[in-house]
Amino acid sequence: MLTYIVRRILYSIPVLFFSTFFSFLFVSYAGNPVALLRQNPRVPPSTIHHLIHQQHLDMPVVERYFLWLHDVFTQKLGNSLVTLQPIWPQITRTMGHTAQFIIISEVLAIILGVAVGIFSAIRQYSVFDYLFTSISFLGFAMPTFWLALLLQIAFTDIFLNYNVRIFYTSGLNSLPGGPAWSWDRLQHLALPIATLLIISFALYSRYMRASMLDVINSDYVRTARAKGVSEWRVVMRHVFRNALIPLTTVAALNFGALLGGAIVTETVFSLDGIGFWFIQALNSLDLYEVMAYLLVTAIFIVVFNLIADILYGFLDPRIRYD
Amino acid sequence: MAPNDDSLFPATQAVEGEVIAPEGSVVGAVDDTQAAGLEFKTRSQWSYARMRFFRHRLAMVGLIGLVIIFGAGILAGVVSPYSYAAIDLNHILQGPTHAHWFGTDALGRDQFTRVVWGIRTSMEVGVFVAFLSTFVGLVIGAVAGYYGGWLDNLLMRATDLVLTLPLLAVLLTATALLGQGSQWRVSLILVFFFWTGIARVVRGIFLSLREKEYVEAAKASGAGDARLMFRHILPNTLGPIVVNATLAVGTAILVEAALSFLNFGIKPPTPSLGVLVNDAQQSPQTPTGGTTWWLTIFPGLTIVAIVLCVNFVGDGLRDALDPTQRRMRA
Repeated sequence: MLTYIVRRILYSIPVLFFSTFFSFLFVSYAGNPVALLRQNPRVPPSTIHHLIHQQHLDMPVVERYFLWLHDVFTQKLGNSLVTLQPIWPQITRTMGHTAQFIIISEVLAIILGVAVGIFSAIRQYSVFDYLFTSISFLGFAMPTFWLALLLQIAFTDIFLNYNVRIFYTSGLNSLPGGPAWSWDRLQHLALPIATLLIISFALYSRYMRASMLDVINSDYVRTARAKGVSEWRVVMRHVFRNALIPLTTVAALNFGALLGGAIVTETVFSLDGIGFWFIQALNSLDLYEVMAYLLVTAIFIVVFNLIADILYGFLDPRIRYD
Repeated sequence: MAPNDDSLFPATQAVEGEVIAPEGSVVGAVDDTQAAGLEFKTRSQWSYARMRFFRHRLAMVGLIGLVIIFGAGILAGVVSPYSYAAIDLNHILQGPTHAHWFGTDALGRDQFTRVVWGIRTSMEVGVFVAFLSTFVGLVIGAVAGYYGGWLDNLLMRATDLVLTLPLLAVLLTATALLGQGSQWRVSLILVFFFWTGIARVVRGIFLSLREKEYVEAAKASGAGDARLMFRHILPNTLGPIVVNATLAVGTAILVEAALSFLNFGIKPPTPSLGVLVNDAQQSPQTPTGGTTWWLTIFPGLTIVAIVLCVNFVGDGLRDALDPTQRRMRA
């Protein structure tokens, strides 16, 4: 097991190296932030000249990649290309906000998805099953941004027509601090959480249902029933626990899609999260900020994939890595 | 049926429909049945598949829905009385009325007309991306799976690289730098990231089938590589490929809409469904202070309807094309 983990980590190092290398090459060849600055009449030519020199924009791209890599390790991802601000504090701040609503929505989605999945499976083809099957089909077909806009419009309408503020529809906070601050934050995060919750719930409830049905029809469950084990015990002890195993992998591998969902959701609700930050970096063609985002998210995805594999081996003793 | 019954008698699933048997099957029971005077129909695999597909209720709903929606998109100029660029400053930001079913936008343009033209763009993107990425994925997956070696290695490592990055972020970066708001450029970028999925599926099937006895037999009787690949192995991959290609239409439409919504995909004046939702954000409120909900709701609903129908058809095809499944579905 340990050798397996070490080997996986060692393999992910070249993968990360090459994926960042190709991204760097692509972004530097295809995007020119200097041209964007030149269009801005308020930026004097001397500043641009200084920027080109200071950021080594006149050097070959491959060399610049290694300079960037050097900055990544020695200066915590270095400074941004256009604004020259250090990137690390921006990443930690925005990532913190993103983590707040991603974690809450994922935990809720998994709990609800598992509960609904179990019930749909043991009452297969019931009204309940059909209802939630339809909901998850809708969830698969719905663009995340549209769902977010739908919620935003609904709650803006409530505010405009009845002058009641249930949930806020943009930003992170409207109070600077004080005793009601946490409640205020939650009122702001509720709609982003609901958006990602619905999208993830569709996925998890579907997987849980399929996985439950797989296990329910297996031989050892029939054996358990034949022994006279009570139905509750069969479902909870024999079926549920084994059906959870594939779901852990799905949840861990869903992380990349979740980050994509965060980009869209944060843009709709103007949240100061990492996805919105990335969109702004992309708009100003800030190479180093874009690269910082890609590197950080790539590391997260690699780690989550590894966790998925390790969990799978841990939960299912039939799987042995060596 | 309660779960107990299901698992206690798993073998008693009823075979509905008429008596069926595969073409040219030599089963002892055949003679018995014929001796017993029962009618027998011989059918090919494809006619079974077609039958299963046309009896799949949801797939039929999806197919009819797609014909209606895409039909409206193809006949965009005929379906609506307005021109998609006709400005009418006397009727700006009006909610749905009898004259304008989906309301009007900030320039008084008819939203229904714009949605219909948007369907056309989204449909073109979806179908183009699905076709081209399937074709590329098929060829590369087949060669990688059949020959193995360095090409196979390269394919697997390349997909590893793509899988480490969040797809939407990569697509955003690519369209931001190379897309330039053009429909065909954005479609080509999508193809570039979509073909790997199909290639992996095809590669897997080729890997397992090239060791099969029937391929061995064909090789022994002198079939060349091309004949083995395209005549003997490829037909077995058609099921998963058709299903994947169908679902890819829906995924491509969803991704294109997200990119266009974020302002990095297709850009105005081309009216795609994502562009329309993005446009709606420029005028969030009417002059009287209400939300302009119709500008967001209708293009989005259309996307949901298209993708839902595509997924239904894909599910129907999956059930129909699975040759191990002989059971008819109501």
